[in-house]
Amino acid sequence: MKKITNTKQLNLIANTIRQDVVKMLYEAKSGHSAGSIGLADIFTALYFNVLYHDSKKPDWEGRDRFVLSNGHVCPVLYAALANAGYFPKQELMTLRKLGSRLQGHPHRGLVPGIETSSGPLGQGLSQAVGMALVGKAEGKRWRVYCMISDGEQQEGQSWEAAMLASKYKLGNLTAIMDRNNIQIDGYTEEVMPLEPLAEKYRAFGWNVMDVDGHNIKKIIDACEESKAVYERPTLIIAHTIPGKAVSFMEQRFEWHGKPPSKEQSEKAIEELETMRKMIEEEEQ
Amino acid sequence: MTLIKDILNPESKKPTRDGFGKALLELGEENPNIWVLTADVSESTRTHWFAEKFPKRFVQVGVAEQNMAGVAAGIAACDKTVFISAFGAFSPGRNWDQIRVSICYNNSNVKIHASHTGLTVGPDGATHQALEDIAIVRSLPNITILAPADYEQALKATKAAAKIKTPCYIRTSREKLPVFTTKETPFEIGKANVYRDGKDVAIFAHGITVYYALVAAELLKKKGIDAAVIDCHTIKPIDEVTIIKYAKQCGLIVSVDDHQVIGGLGSTIAEVVVEKCPCPVKRHGIYDHFCESGDANELLKKYVLDADGIAQTVEQSMKMKK
Repeated sequence: MKKITNTKQLNLIANTIRQDVVKMLYEAKSGHSAGSIGLADIFTALYFNVLYHDSKKPDWEGRDRFVLSNGHVCPVLYAALANAGYFPKQELMTLRKLGSRLQGHPHRGLVPGIETSSGPLGQGLSQAVGMALVGKAEGKRWRVYCMISDGEQQEGQSWEAAMLASKYKLGNLTAIMDRNNIQIDGYTEEVMPLEPLAEKYRAFGWNVMDVDGHNIKKIIDACEESKAVYERPTLIIAHTIPGKAVSFMEQRFEWHGKPPSKEQSEKAIEELETMRKMIEEEEQ
Repeated sequence: MTLIKDILNPESKKPTRDGFGKALLELGEENPNIWVLTADVSESTRTHWFAEKFPKRFVQVGVAEQNMAGVAAGIAACDKTVFISAFGAFSPGRNWDQIRVSICYNNSNVKIHASHTGLTVGPDGATHQALEDIAIVRSLPNITILAPADYEQALKATKAAAKIKTPCYIRTSREKLPVFTTKETPFEIGKANVYRDGKDVAIFAHGITVYYALVAAELLKKKGIDAAVIDCHTIKPIDEVTIIKYAKQCGLIVSVDDHQVIGGLGSTIAEVVVEKCPCPVKRHGIYDHFCESGDANELLKKYVLDADGIAQTVEQSMKMKK
């Protein structure tokens, strides 16, 4: 797909994805709001610039692989896929409903563009490592990108995968961590301290970068930079605000696992519309 | 069904894990899309033969069975056939959730091979004796479970597993066992092998206990009991047709599990029988307890799973017949 480089255009797509996610979660009456909304900028960067992919040929062998490990933020993945043309946008409103292809946690094979089923935390990076092993062994040009969460670093499997990626020098693997500091029971550093995350991954042999997870251009640049590192996997720690751009959700762990009510979703859409107008009025 | 001529005096003894390792080597030659992973037990699981020959398609993950299952699913997602291999106590013992979601829910082309299953791990003791593995794997959708009875069958089962594109669990053991089937003995996933017909009782066994069941049938014959012996090498999908046939023909089934009686072959058979054609089923195996260290043969004797033990159990179970 054609890569979009215009920042204003990308910001507008991210705004659309945020609005889609709010509507989907309101319709679904359950699901994970904060992480999904907070990741809109990263998913826009990935699906509209970083990834080599073709929504009309989801199984194209030469595509970059994208693995979502923290499957509970799948509303943002579904919204990105639909906006990229993988399936009709109206289907987004079937999220979590009986008979829908949009399961509460993503299931491979139901909707095009889903590389792996995910939900139980800590399993995605291992699968991404498996794909990168094949890519490297066979000299493929495609890369593997894996979205991981900060909370799931509490699963030991994450570190098993990190060790293996380093052992096999998987320079074709870029993991992006959603460092939003929240998990279901509270703030990560209170539930189970994770810091210093960058130092930990460096000690495991990874190339580590920090990035503002709401600056699409910087996210794209970081992904580009990761391609230049051949002998090590890269971790991009994307610092995000959970619920970003919806004032009453921002920074609140209570919004990790619940959907907005009718009034809340209307308020959220109103705020996002205001933001949209501001983006439209921005000078290029 | 073709077996060696003299069942009581087999010419060779080899472990089933060797049949698995040999099959991997042959599969590796035939198919460039075969990948093999192990968790620090390559020699014990006989994956080192493949590793030496095809190092680029072999991944040593270290002592990390959970990661191994996930990595395998990722490799399989790139159109590969992947075998992961470790001790049964740890895979599927340690990594059941990864097998459930990364492998089974994805319906990945991953074969989970467990060596060192059952009682005959012997001296390593209870921690290493995987006696619950069938129970935990059997409830997972999309998976096939194979428990080969000897070296030849392990070779065939491994090759058959590579032919299907869905998850499969292959259960082998450490100890050398009589090789009593031949290259000509048929093997088809889902179709039990009837080695001996009989009218009084049907003994269903899998893995290492099939041979002992055959010897037990000889002992029972001397006591006037005509026992059929069926090798249930596929535990899932279970061969309902053969079970129903023998439930009707004999009116008594004795299952033999080198596994807990809870959730093993016996449970599987009982489920079929109660729904389709009720008849008494004696579930013989490990009776809901942990075992202990010891020589494999001593353990089989102590836990009544050797030929004498099986014969004795069958004889005692005859009174269950209506």
